[in-house]
Amino acid sequence: MARERDEDFPFQPLNGMVLDDQARLSLNELCEICNISAETILDMIEEGLLEPQGRAPVEWRFRCYEVRRVQVAMRLQQDLRVNLPGAALIIDLLEELEELRRRI
Amino acid sequence: MEYKDYYKGLGVERDAGQDEIKRAYRKLARKFHPDVNKAADAEKRFKEIGEAYEVLKDPEKRAAYDRIGTGLKEGQEFRPPPDWNTGFEFSGGGYTDASGHFSDFFEELFGRSGMGRSFHVRRDGIRAKGEDHRAKIMIDLEDSFNGAVQTITLQVTEVDGTGRMVVQPHTLNVRIPKGIMEGQSIRLAEQGGQGFGGGPRGDLYIEVAFHPHRLFRADKRDIYLELPVTPWEAALGATVTVPTLGGKVDMKIPPGSQSGQKLRLKNKGLPGKTAGDQFVVLKVVVPPADSEAAKEIYRKMADVMPMNPRSALGV
Repeated sequence: MARERDEDFPFQPLNGMVLDDQARLSLNELCEICNISAETILDMIEEGLLEPQGRAPVEWRFRCYEVRRVQVAMRLQQDLRVNLPGAALIIDLLEELEELRRRI
Repeated sequence: MEYKDYYKGLGVERDAGQDEIKRAYRKLARKFHPDVNKAADAEKRFKEIGEAYEVLKDPEKRAAYDRIGTGLKEGQEFRPPPDWNTGFEFSGGGYTDASGHFSDFFEELFGRSGMGRSFHVRRDGIRAKGEDHRAKIMIDLEDSFNGAVQTITLQVTEVDGTGRMVVQPHTLNVRIPKGIMEGQSIRLAEQGGQGFGGGPRGDLYIEVAFHPHRLFRADKRDIYLELPVTPWEAALGATVTVPTLGGKVDMKIPPGSQSGQKLRLKNKGLPGKTAGDQFVVLKVVVPPADSEAAKEIYRKMADVMPMNPRSALGV
């Protein structure tokens, strides 16, 4: 269970990066984190799955929650053999479902 | 070692055709995919049906499996006979996916050639980042409000010095940052699977969920609380004490409030760049008419302030 003080631990706690809506990632960072090519990212932008801010690819800034969208899209394509538009549709519907569940 | 009934796992008969097995697998894979199915055991089920399909889709493996399996039941104690696989060759196919951690039963029967190959890849000098791992943790709302450190233990599969795959517990202390919301993930760089050929480790993603709270419900950074009030507090207005994650506060109920009305305590939700609010939903509790004096008051209310709360319903 959660404990309050760092001294309770034999080694320092790890600080992770929270994938929230405030931090921003460049195209390079997104490719590195997700371990995929820029071409794949471009396909996902074409599909409307990702919506970076900025005009040119060097200026693009992605929201951190888009990391999760990329990862889920990759897994769905690999595991269920859906294509990218299918994965995008599933992700949109899953997010809608989560939103509805939260309101209950 | 326990025998695994792969036919039962996919819900097909032992004489099912390859097409039928494929259809059964695809249907179950959609149903139990961990990104789609939020049940706690979805990932386990997904792996089990993946393992069953890995064997049954391949006519050679299926034939070998059928040969040892006649008359055995799921979970039954099992030792493969020494000559069980004579006449079969499994070097091709199977174990193509490095993330497929199959059961002891599977590895005893089919696994060894797969491991030999992964060792071979390492010797070829291919350098690749390790697999990303995922885990879920349940925390209390208070952990998000105050920040916390949580210890988690994961079962991870590693390749040891002799090239064997071993499952080991991996314990981590993870800082839970203040204001983390349900569904958000924490990325811990290079805490995932081993890299290949000197490549970096994969990353670990920890998805956060909240334990149900006795009083509060969270919607993103906003906190909801249902607050019982008396009819006179609602009608006349009152100052009442309200619990929040940060402790008790006094809140003014305006006169003429109704059940279901939502009052906002600004910035009393989960902390963040823009902190959430606490919404207090009023619930008027009607005092029981359990004495003659109480009944008299209700009758008097009916006389003094008659009303039809159903007029909007047209009745």
